[in-house]
Amino acid sequence: MLMSSSHFRIAMPTLKKPIEDMQYILATDVGSTTTKARFFQKKDGMWRFYVAGEAPTTVEAPYEDVTLGVQNAVREVEELTGHKLLSPDGSGLIIPYDGKQGVDLYCTTSSAGGGLQMMVAGLIKNMTAESANRAALGAGAIVMDVIARDDGRQPYVKIQRIRNLRPDMILLAGGTDGGAGQHVMEIAELIKAAEPKARLGASYKLPIVYAGNKTIRKDIEGLFKDEFALDIVDNIRPTLEVENTEPARRAVHELFMEHVMSHAPGYNNLMKWTDIPIMPTPAGEGMAMQLIADTFKMNVLGVGLGGATTNVYSVIEGRFVRSVSANLGMSYSVTNVMKEAGIPNIMRWIPFKIDEEDVASRLMNKMIRPTTIPQTLEDLIVEHAVAREALRLGLQHHRTIATRLKGVQTQRTISDMFEQAIEDSYVKMMTIDVIAGTGGLLSHAPRRVQPMFILSDAWLPEGVTRMFQDSVFMMPHLGVTSTVYRDAAWSIFDKDCLLRIGTSIAAVGTAKLGDPCMTVELTMPDGTSQKEEIKFGDIKLIPLGESKEAKAVIHPAKAFDVGEGPGKQKEATVIGGIAGILLDARGRPLYIPTDDAQRRDLLYKWLSALKLYPEDPLKELVK
Amino acid sequence: MTTKKHEAPKSEKNDDKESGEAHAYTPGLKVKRALTIEKLRRLPIPGEVLHKVGEKVNYDTKVARTEISGEPEIVKVAMVLGVEAEDMMRFMLKKVGDKVKMGENIAFYSALWGLIKKNVPSPKDGVIESISEVTGQVIVRGQPIPIEVEAYLPGTIVNVIPRGGAVIQTHGAFIQGIFGIGGEVHGEIKVVVSGNDEVVSPEKIGPDCKGKVLIGGSLVTLDAMKKAAEVGASALVVGGVRHQDLTTFTGQEIGVAITGQEEVGFTLIITEGFGKMNMSATTFKLLKSFEGYLACVNGATQIRAGVLRPEIIIPHEEKVEEKGDTFAMGMVPGTPVRIIRQPYFGAIGVVDSLPVELQAMESESMVRVLTVKLHDGSIATVPRANVEIIEE
Repeated sequence: MLMSSSHFRIAMPTLKKPIEDMQYILATDVGSTTTKARFFQKKDGMWRFYVAGEAPTTVEAPYEDVTLGVQNAVREVEELTGHKLLSPDGSGLIIPYDGKQGVDLYCTTSSAGGGLQMMVAGLIKNMTAESANRAALGAGAIVMDVIARDDGRQPYVKIQRIRNLRPDMILLAGGTDGGAGQHVMEIAELIKAAEPKARLGASYKLPIVYAGNKTIRKDIEGLFKDEFALDIVDNIRPTLEVENTEPARRAVHELFMEHVMSHAPGYNNLMKWTDIPIMPTPAGEGMAMQLIADTFKMNVLGVGLGGATTNVYSVIEGRFVRSVSANLGMSYSVTNVMKEAGIPNIMRWIPFKIDEEDVASRLMNKMIRPTTIPQTLEDLIVEHAVAREALRLGLQHHRTIATRLKGVQTQRTISDMFEQAIEDSYVKMMTIDVIAGTGGLLSHAPRRVQPMFILSDAWLPEGVTRMFQDSVFMMPHLGVTSTVYRDAAWSIFDKDCLLRIGTSIAAVGTAKLGDPCMTVELTMPDGTSQKEEIKFGDIKLIPLGESKEAKAVIHPAKAFDVGEGPGKQKEATVIGGIAGILLDARGRPLYIPTDDAQRRDLLYKWLSALKLYPEDPLKELVK
Repeated sequence: MTTKKHEAPKSEKNDDKESGEAHAYTPGLKVKRALTIEKLRRLPIPGEVLHKVGEKVNYDTKVARTEISGEPEIVKVAMVLGVEAEDMMRFMLKKVGDKVKMGENIAFYSALWGLIKKNVPSPKDGVIESISEVTGQVIVRGQPIPIEVEAYLPGTIVNVIPRGGAVIQTHGAFIQGIFGIGGEVHGEIKVVVSGNDEVVSPEKIGPDCKGKVLIGGSLVTLDAMKKAAEVGASALVVGGVRHQDLTTFTGQEIGVAITGQEEVGFTLIITEGFGKMNMSATTFKLLKSFEGYLACVNGATQIRAGVLRPEIIIPHEEKVEEKGDTFAMGMVPGTPVRIIRQPYFGAIGVVDSLPVELQAMESESMVRVLTVKLHDGSIATVPRANVEIIEE
């Protein structure tokens, strides 16, 4: 079962106007550098995106009040529309809309000040600690470390680590209900001995969520109640066979509001402004991904490729999992992508000769001046190369998290318990129906076919996969809006946010360059037929407009699979988009020649075939 | 859909711009000849402030101190004695709050008329913090660790935050770098190159560089960094460094720019960027004019969640009429700027015009641009995001 949006609600909020009477909605995202306002309007009975406003976030000194940034972003919306939204006395927004001014609903997400940073602890690394990790990630947190009894570190090393972390919150799990509690208490005592300090100042009582063995709750309470803000919830693993992350996740979310947000500068005011609780940005983004899965009834793999982090979301057969790779990003963390991936892995995506040191210097310079943008084609291609690696590593990380069913109580067998290895991930590309991307680099790509190709290279979709794209970065805004007004959120999402880029048809297998790979027979919307014979190593784009459908009969060669097994024909309805239908016969795994000249030639061939970049400057570069 | 950028709001609390506290990203680096500089020297946890407002301090004067709790050590007493956790109290020689010495027995077990004896010695000097009858663990808390905060700048205490720290005020030159490694150091300024375009090679660094803040030109080589560390230079300030050289020298690849804790022998500050890049002529000239002066240098850089740039502060008494805050005024035709991205990376000029319309770049990105009149008289069109204001 797919989790409904109600799972994220803390309590049903009291709205100032019934949702059916609403005319205007304002949503903001208070990001770490920019506060982004999105203004929505009901026009002719239909909810649409109206206008955007942006301003620097004001969480840091000397401002130290996020509402200043929110006001600036909203003021820009006012200037652009002539529609008054802010109260003249600076006390917030005019709610509800009175026929002339104001807005009927205001909601916001936030990742300012580094978002929700958590430490997770459990008894066994691959069991309770892993479940706790999934619960924290699902609540929108950045997990700074996972402490477990068997994590291979000496107690003094763990204590040092906890002392240095300065988390916003700790989630402690461990043991099954009724089992021996001694070992869980050992972990608890270790945490207390380390005297973890909260990131947000000395007056802040660090929240701890205890979601472990219920028989030792009294001992846990005795240990923590004086120095910590303790919240005890149902066991995350009541028995070995059951994982129950929902109560812990809900508690994390509530404590985020009560403790973390209320201690961040200006948030006490911002909380008064909003009609519904503030949500961590990744939680909003995750809800948007779930909205896609829920509406299309499809398996979705999504990504928010940001400046500092890469968030990957999967909704597969109703199971929603989020991972956040805290140091994989396109500006602040761009050199960490280089460090994690290695320069050769970045270089393999560049179709022209360039020195490794030159690429490294460019990326270091981007990291120290993160707001710059590529002016030259050469720079754009280098950034796109890094993006592929950030996405590839992000998915690799996601697969280590998406190993088991989560959320609602899930039955497992004992034999499953000891097989939680990386390869155990259920995220298989052949089962993914939709890939969706958001974040600056993908949303602002000069040509819409670029994100499609970047995502294809990085994630290697298999079989038939639709590709979506956030138009102007409003997935978090729509995610939080959907918690109270799903229909409005979906209407805007569908019409103004979710760009349909196209559909990818990719065959799994390898062969020699030029060998037959697949034949695709397309019956186009106007009834005409088109037959494409694609050879191994080729890629081709067939134009098919947005919301246009074509019937495809795919005949893979003997060594290739498009979803029905090697050599077996597949029939599918493919839907067009801004780019069209991508026929991808470059192999899975992707074939990239080891010889440098051959590699550059082949890359150039692919880039030219898709008209990925302007022709003349590209030709000049690869010369 | 229309999107444009606002300037960050001006704040009344604008007095800590040079305080070293993180603040919103500013597209420009400060290079000021004479400025009143204030630094908040704060304790990590409440403690004692050692000086009063009006007192003079030197850079190494201790202005505040506190103690953080000592390192805890977990002793598995019940397990060592071979008894149940709930029976452990019978064998404890010490109770919660007792002071213990390293090696002193904290628990003792005897059985079979004394034939079997087991001791549990304390692993360190400290205090018994807790005895758990659930886990059988005893926590011995080590001696408190003293923390002292030095003034960093020679100057006057102008404000005291009770139990928190003090604000030191001085007058001097203030120069921000773009990236640094290593923490706070002090030393006399020594220029080791003849021009801002000259590379710092090892032969330019001799024994007389010990304890000095060295000023270089366009690049420092790997061997020169090794030599600077070998002779004991305090700091090295230079236009650029190669990524691979820095990685080899520090022994680690920089992933995210949160620095200041590195211990590589000296503090390195680059003023322009990675690669060979001439130090800005203004910066070089300013540093050269203070040769022989004491410089207070900090390489700590943080680019995420608030920006902290490395800095060189040169206290002096020379009074110069200060211009207004160029950053607060924003860019107007005539504002001096540095281009910070290809294809004009490092070029310096003045703003020629600020067209309102979006323009397509070679990358096909549609962006707001500005035109810059370069030193050779040519005009370059670049995205507004790709320049930073130079304060002169």
